[in-house]
Amino acid sequence: MAETNILFERRGFGQTSRKDLWWVQPVSVFLGLSAFIVYATWAAFQGEYYAFGNYLSPFYSPEIFGSSPHSIFGPKPDWWPMIVPFSPALLILWAPGGMRFTCYYYRGAYYKAFWADPPACSVSEPRKKYWGENRLPLIMQNLHRYFMYLAVIFVFILIYDAWKGLWFVNAATGEEQFGLAVGSIVLAMNATLLGGYTFGCHSFRHLVGGFKNQLSKAPVQRTLYNCSSCLNRRHKNWAWASLFWVAFSDLYVRLCAMGIITDLRFF
Amino acid sequence: MGRVKFNIWRGNGDGGQLQEYSTEISEGMVVLDAVHQIQAESAPDLAVRWNCKAGKCGSCSAEVNGKPKLMCMTRMSDLPQDKPVSIEPMRAFPGLKDLVTDVSWNYRVKEKIKPFKPRKPDNDDGTWKMKQGDIDRVQEFRKCIECFLCQDVCHVLREHHLHNEFIGPRFMVYTAALEMHPLDTEDRREQLKQDDGIGYCNITKCCTNVCPESITITDNAIIPLKERVADRFYDPILNFFRLFTKSDK
Repeated sequence: MAETNILFERRGFGQTSRKDLWWVQPVSVFLGLSAFIVYATWAAFQGEYYAFGNYLSPFYSPEIFGSSPHSIFGPKPDWWPMIVPFSPALLILWAPGGMRFTCYYYRGAYYKAFWADPPACSVSEPRKKYWGENRLPLIMQNLHRYFMYLAVIFVFILIYDAWKGLWFVNAATGEEQFGLAVGSIVLAMNATLLGGYTFGCHSFRHLVGGFKNQLSKAPVQRTLYNCSSCLNRRHKNWAWASLFWVAFSDLYVRLCAMGIITDLRFF
Repeated sequence: MGRVKFNIWRGNGDGGQLQEYSTEISEGMVVLDAVHQIQAESAPDLAVRWNCKAGKCGSCSAEVNGKPKLMCMTRMSDLPQDKPVSIEPMRAFPGLKDLVTDVSWNYRVKEKIKPFKPRKPDNDDGTWKMKQGDIDRVQEFRKCIECFLCQDVCHVLREHHLHNEFIGPRFMVYTAALEMHPLDTEDRREQLKQDDGIGYCNITKCCTNVCPESITITDNAIIPLKERVADRFYDPILNFFRLFTKSDK
């Protein structure tokens, strides 16, 4: 590689000639992501009030083992170690969590907000050494595509949850009938936003056609690539909207299950 | 608009300092106009590189109020004028004099990137056929004017001075233009990983933010290249399946 000698020495942490409020964005990201992590961790460990009738909190879906009627394989298994706290959310949240942790957008955002690497563009950093994503542990970020594959499965599960959210049990007949309530809209919105985030993911865009140089020879891949590229242009917005809404969906189901709010039924 | 104060970097390769100037600003002036006016009025020896004054030659790159910008495309009316406007040279490159830096490192880097290697011509007259849809993606990268603002803002070069290990966003774009070209047959993935240091990019998107040509450097060039490198080096499942299929490069 070519060599060069630099005139300017490193500045101290946070020093810059910028005159704008450069710290607002990293502080906002720090607060936003921290609030989500705190809430999601609290909600995941609760292990109750995560289902309400036909609604299932997205933090607990799919419910592999659990006490609600949504559970696939029944209640908590006997072999579950006593010392490990049980919550259906802990069995599945690693997958969407891993998707977001390794997401290209979030990486750039939390490297700045949590690690000051750099704190903001043209602002000096606290550390002299830098390895980027060349070594462990950050080289593992290259596994993002595997989390994306899982996230695609989760999107379809959440679409199924949203569909189930449209079918209510008639108290008089005991039969399921089609209906619409605020909770149905909340879960449908959740699946939509997570779909927009996942299908606009850089790895998904690469998978469906980005790896090819001559997409004109593969019209289906070209269409998928163009659709994914369209979502990808607003990937940051999808990422934040879906992050907020998944937490809001859990909160909505939780408050309904606790009897704090009433789910408004339109028909 | 009145008289505006400027803090302009004065120095040479051994060091320097900000020096205060002031000049009368009129409507429509850009920062480069102000620098030229200061040259004419009070600092005839002030060195500044410029050429087209139209945002197309990429010569007048500098840091205006700490942000990498083309001086000819930065309107004075867009800058707060209650405080002095600072104008400094790009920090990622060695200074020569005042606002002029030595960007020759970039040209040396460019020479080392594997060149375009087209497939055999499609026609007897030695020409090729391409679909516009296939070439659209790389045409974005051809807008680059080599102002090197993206190199300047990249913290890997600017802050950590890893010029020996990382080629920077400009040459990721250049590599992407070659690597994604519908006629190209070269494989640059090993070079990207080993020599070009693509793993150093931690996706801050600062390069995209400063590009005067609005090239989506991170999303359309660097990340797709990272994904191609992941295909080759970090995806054991894909590589297993590739044993049974015809590899796409």
